[in-house]
Amino acid sequence: MSFVTALRCRECAREYPVEALNVCDFCFGPLEVAYDYHAVARATSRRRIEDGPLTIWRYKDLLPVDDDNAVDIHAGYTPLMKANNLGKVLGLDNLYLKNDSVNPSFSFKDRVVSVAATKALEFGFDTLSCASTGNLACSVAAHAARAGMKSVVFIPSNLEAGKVIGAAIYGPTIMAIDGGYDEVNRLCSEIADSYHWAFVNINMRPFYAEGSKTLGLEVAEQLGWRFPAHCVVPVASGALLSKIRKGFGEMVDVGLMEGPVPTRMYAAQAVGCSPVVDAFNAGEEMVMPVRPNSIAKSLAIGNPADGIYAIQTMKQSGGAAHGVQEEEVAEGMKLLAETEGIFTETAGGVVISALKNLVKRGLIGKDELTVAFITGNGLKTQEVISDVAQPLTIKPTMKDFEAALNGQTPVRR
Amino acid sequence: MDKQRVKFTFPTALVTQPIIYNLGKKYDVVTNIRRADVRDEMGWVILELEGSLDEINRGVAWVSSLGVRVDPIAGDVVEG
Repeated sequence: MSFVTALRCRECAREYPVEALNVCDFCFGPLEVAYDYHAVARATSRRRIEDGPLTIWRYKDLLPVDDDNAVDIHAGYTPLMKANNLGKVLGLDNLYLKNDSVNPSFSFKDRVVSVAATKALEFGFDTLSCASTGNLACSVAAHAARAGMKSVVFIPSNLEAGKVIGAAIYGPTIMAIDGGYDEVNRLCSEIADSYHWAFVNINMRPFYAEGSKTLGLEVAEQLGWRFPAHCVVPVASGALLSKIRKGFGEMVDVGLMEGPVPTRMYAAQAVGCSPVVDAFNAGEEMVMPVRPNSIAKSLAIGNPADGIYAIQTMKQSGGAAHGVQEEEVAEGMKLLAETEGIFTETAGGVVISALKNLVKRGLIGKDELTVAFITGNGLKTQEVISDVAQPLTIKPTMKDFEAALNGQTPVRR
Repeated sequence: MDKQRVKFTFPTALVTQPIIYNLGKKYDVVTNIRRADVRDEMGWVILELEGSLDEINRGVAWVSSLGVRVDPIAGDVVEG
């Protein structure tokens, strides 16, 4: 059994039974899972977690599921690696990378979907669904396959074929919607209201979002039960940033760590879609929606559901936000690959370039323990860095080989 | 009768306009405000619209045509 007590409105604090609900009926605010932290504290311990599975489910005491049989494709417990080479380039002696691009469907979405799919089965749903431009669709289709559920995935009709294949291989029904960004959003909301399906980020959103906090729990554990001084996080809906911080806070609440949490949270977006960064930097408490026009498509949420909570989290933690230029996205991807051997998607490029800028701005000190979150795999966004593939083509002779190696002719590209 | 929950976001130039009042006058739609934050430079209102689906759609199209952004209340549902 879980330690969940209710769903609670983040705005008016009204409580609701644990059902497939995401919005408060009174004020239409978002609902969040509430736990009995005293009961969790009695049950959990560092030892219990360390003896658990090498997945997100080692943190089951802080996850909102009752069933012992999670829908599990082994999401989580991804590498946290010290990044000495990248650190040297950026001027950081204590930099770590949380490499979530190696999750089973190659993005951090496996964490959130694993929780949502498990809860969906508990609620008796037979269909798992989402609207996505990439990573989320892959993860939903993969978890539905594992769970023996049907899946229906909505995508914009102009999505690149490579991204569709990543989801299609798992056998979902894929609906390609012909329409503008706003129309796709509106239709998917209407469908979610009309069909008794588990839409992972709509009616399952309170449970889904809880999966994100395992990134925070994991990082603290992998650092030897320490909190980092700084976390640089890619921001799309804003949920990931605030949930990582929530995870740190819960570790204090249940006695796994001593408080207060010292970690400063930083948002990274690309300027083609940076409503959260723009609002934060303007000192605003509300987020003005934008129409996305960014190559970082996995971060391209123009009207972020958790944007204001991400801003509050940054403010409360003493963090900051940075919007990287579009051309810096690929530069960040290449820098990470060339220094640390990690091939990330555009969101990771945004994080690395934002980190570089945050260091330049003097916000992150040389010796301070810093974690950059790499949330997706580069194989999904190869079109952005296609210019890196420039092999030296030679005739099968030593002469040609050595001439090419030394930068002399003949080389044919 | 249908109901739709929506979020209107008003740019600076429209913050002082009685658009929600006029929506109810021009179209057969009941507007029920649940939460709002209106400031000098921008504002948003989360509300429920009640009426026939046709009338709600016509009303929302009119509000959009004025330059007010209309979104589902839970934000964008299409994710990366």
